[in-house]
Amino acid sequence: MTTVAPRAAGSAKAAKPATMAQALRQAMRDAMAEDPTVHILGEDVGTLGGVFRVTDGLAAEFGDDRCTDTPLAEAGILGAAVGMAMYGLRPVVEMQFDAFAYPAFEQLASHVAKTRNRTRGALPLPITIRIPYGGGIGGVEHHSDSSEAYYMATPGLHVVTPATVEDAYGLLRASIASDDPVVFLEPKRLYWSKSQWSPGAPATVEPIGRAVVRRPGRSATLVTYGPSLTVCLEAAEAARAEGWDLEVVDLRSLVPFDDETVVASVRRTGRAVVVHESQGFGGPGGEIAARITERCFHHLEAPVLRVAGFDIPYPPPMLEQHHLPGVDRVLDAVARLQWEADS
Amino acid sequence: MKKSSTTVQEPPGAVVHRTTPPPVWQPRTDPAPLLPDREPYRVLGTEAAGDVDPELLRRLYAELVRGRRFNAQATALTKQGRLAVYPSSTGQEACEVAAALVLQERDWLFPSYRDTLAVVARGLDPVQALTLLRGDWHTGYDPREHRIAPLSTPLATQLPHAVGLAHAARLKGDDVVALAMVGDGGTSEGDFHEALNFAAVWQAPVVFLVQNNGFAISVPLAKQTAAPSLAHKAVGYGMPGRLVDGNDAPAMHAVLSEAVRRARSGGGPTLVEAVTYRLDAHTNADDATRYRGDGEVEAWRAHDPVRLLEHELTERGMLDRDGISKAADDADAMAARLRDRMNADPELDPMDLFAHVYAEQTSQLREQAALLRAELDASAEPADDAPGQGGTR
Ligand SMILES: Cc1ncc(C[n+]2csc(CCOP(=O)(O)OP(=O)(O)O)c2C)c(N)n1
Repeated sequence: MTTVAPRAAGSAKAAKPATMAQALRQAMRDAMAEDPTVHILGEDVGTLGGVFRVTDGLAAEFGDDRCTDTPLAEAGILGAAVGMAMYGLRPVVEMQFDAFAYPAFEQLASHVAKTRNRTRGALPLPITIRIPYGGGIGGVEHHSDSSEAYYMATPGLHVVTPATVEDAYGLLRASIASDDPVVFLEPKRLYWSKSQWSPGAPATVEPIGRAVVRRPGRSATLVTYGPSLTVCLEAAEAARAEGWDLEVVDLRSLVPFDDETVVASVRRTGRAVVVHESQGFGGPGGEIAARITERCFHHLEAPVLRVAGFDIPYPPPMLEQHHLPGVDRVLDAVARLQWEADS
Repeated sequence: MKKSSTTVQEPPGAVVHRTTPPPVWQPRTDPAPLLPDREPYRVLGTEAAGDVDPELLRRLYAELVRGRRFNAQATALTKQGRLAVYPSSTGQEACEVAAALVLQERDWLFPSYRDTLAVVARGLDPVQALTLLRGDWHTGYDPREHRIAPLSTPLATQLPHAVGLAHAARLKGDDVVALAMVGDGGTSEGDFHEALNFAAVWQAPVVFLVQNNGFAISVPLAKQTAAPSLAHKAVGYGMPGRLVDGNDAPAMHAVLSEAVRRARSGGGPTLVEAVTYRLDAHTNADDATRYRGDGEVEAWRAHDPVRLLEHELTERGMLDRDGISKAADDADAMAARLRDRMNADPELDPMDLFAHVYAEQTSQLREQAALLRAELDASAEPADDAPGQGGTR
């Protein structure tokens, strides 16, 4: 674990709470200032600062060659990033939205994930692929997919997703510093969430791959990540009234998966619910539940449950509240943890 | 309504309709210099042949003969089970050899699966070049050491890599050129389009070499594209397209050299279409008689790149029977060395399966590596449950 002191952003700003979008920008800014090989590329990342303004100001500060508006072509962007990495650069690629990263999937699966392996370690590809993902912002079709299962199913990629402002900074710094490709999933509905952490403040950067207990508890564990963390924390508060003392584990990294933290928690509590908004069938929760069951079987008081989005293409915005797992659905699952063998 | 000839004063703030659009878009390049010639560029059999450096001709000839022999030997190795598959470039040797010879040491080559000859002509150990096709590992060499990207199996996906690398080199101030090779079928892929577009917009120092060998496995060019030629595709991106006889080694060398020179001097990318023919089947596993007739193949045999150059050299008195048989002997010796080395079983360490997935193994991979280690150790121990010694399996 290392503590880095980011360059002071304007002191007037430093006192104000920061949003996740600002923390991400600060992470890129600091990485670019420290390491001239860090380059940003994507659609609208330059003058506009990205459609979510995450790269705002970086082209002005570092120039078009370091923060580049590319032609509109995701395979081209990621493919060019591969070549840039081959020549010693550290590209940070922005995909505009989750569902618009699919044209680049071929590059991701066939080259980005495999090049270190196929060259026996001779050619690592230190590429960070930032993808805003998930729903809850009223986006129309193709703007709300939770695509993490695809990336998790592709060996050779790291897959991380921050749920807090501090983690947005720390995880992105760690991802850019990683010698392996990282799919960095940004929960877009948390872009504007705030924290007392400010862009000038020191931040902790841990190697990726560690989960964290966000809320300690004794009666059951909620295992979650990214956009669903706030839902789980709220549910844990609400469950107190029912006498449930819920522990909340934020995975932060889906690949590698921190079995240790998750297993330790579930062995303590004896019960677990996995919560995420991507689909349940073939989704991350199935893998996580299986791992928990394999390792904690004799500690479990009830089957591991999953609360996930429905197995449907992402719904139209006016219906998304029915699809996204909310506090009530999590609490219902917690109630079902009072499982009895003969019921 | 009657047309008024008086100019009506627009009220302030109203939109004035213009008959010509305001200048948001303007044509930036005169397309004429970008257009390829109607006929592929040729040197052999023309006056230009007399101007080619004799040393270059000799070098090209030696490489063509070795390349032809290499293809034959590698195909033979598939029959002996020493190679999992081999996509021969017989008939296309001039493209392969020229692609390698026009590059400086600091330049990069981005080959496809068919381009082992280019890789070997660039100086890579042939056994390393065949590692992928033998099946003992996916690449077999350090791309950065040799400045040769891994042979790409997915079509056209290596082209954006070439653009990114060339772009990065230029950003660093290095005068490095990337030459990327693709087949005619590969030009239909989205990555081909994206790579050309990026290269032209970034003015990246890249040369795209399309080897139009007539077929994508069984599908002829007519079913692949409706373009006048593949070289014409360049114009739409704003780069020059060049058409060249892919069986004419000095012509290939000249056109690619010119493209490399343009790229190195800041002139941006070029698309070169080499018109050639695949004399062998797609790979040893393919049956070419299902999609083409003998007549067609024989007609192309008469335009064989090795024989074309041999003829030129003989005519000019630069090559005689002795020279021809010496070149053949050299190639045979090379093939014999290759055969010997390929006939040794490669030493494989199964634990390598986990060694290079990530810089640091995940705990998941460490567990899986321990499982395989235990399996290997168990299978190495003498069996204590041989049949008849009890145990209910
Ligand atoms: C993306 C992709 N799709 C399909 C294939 C299967 N495939 C291998 S070679 C080939 C034909 C390629 O033809 P062409 O680009 O003309 O190259 P050539 O083999 O003639 O050198 C096909 C379809 C592939 N390798 N990659």
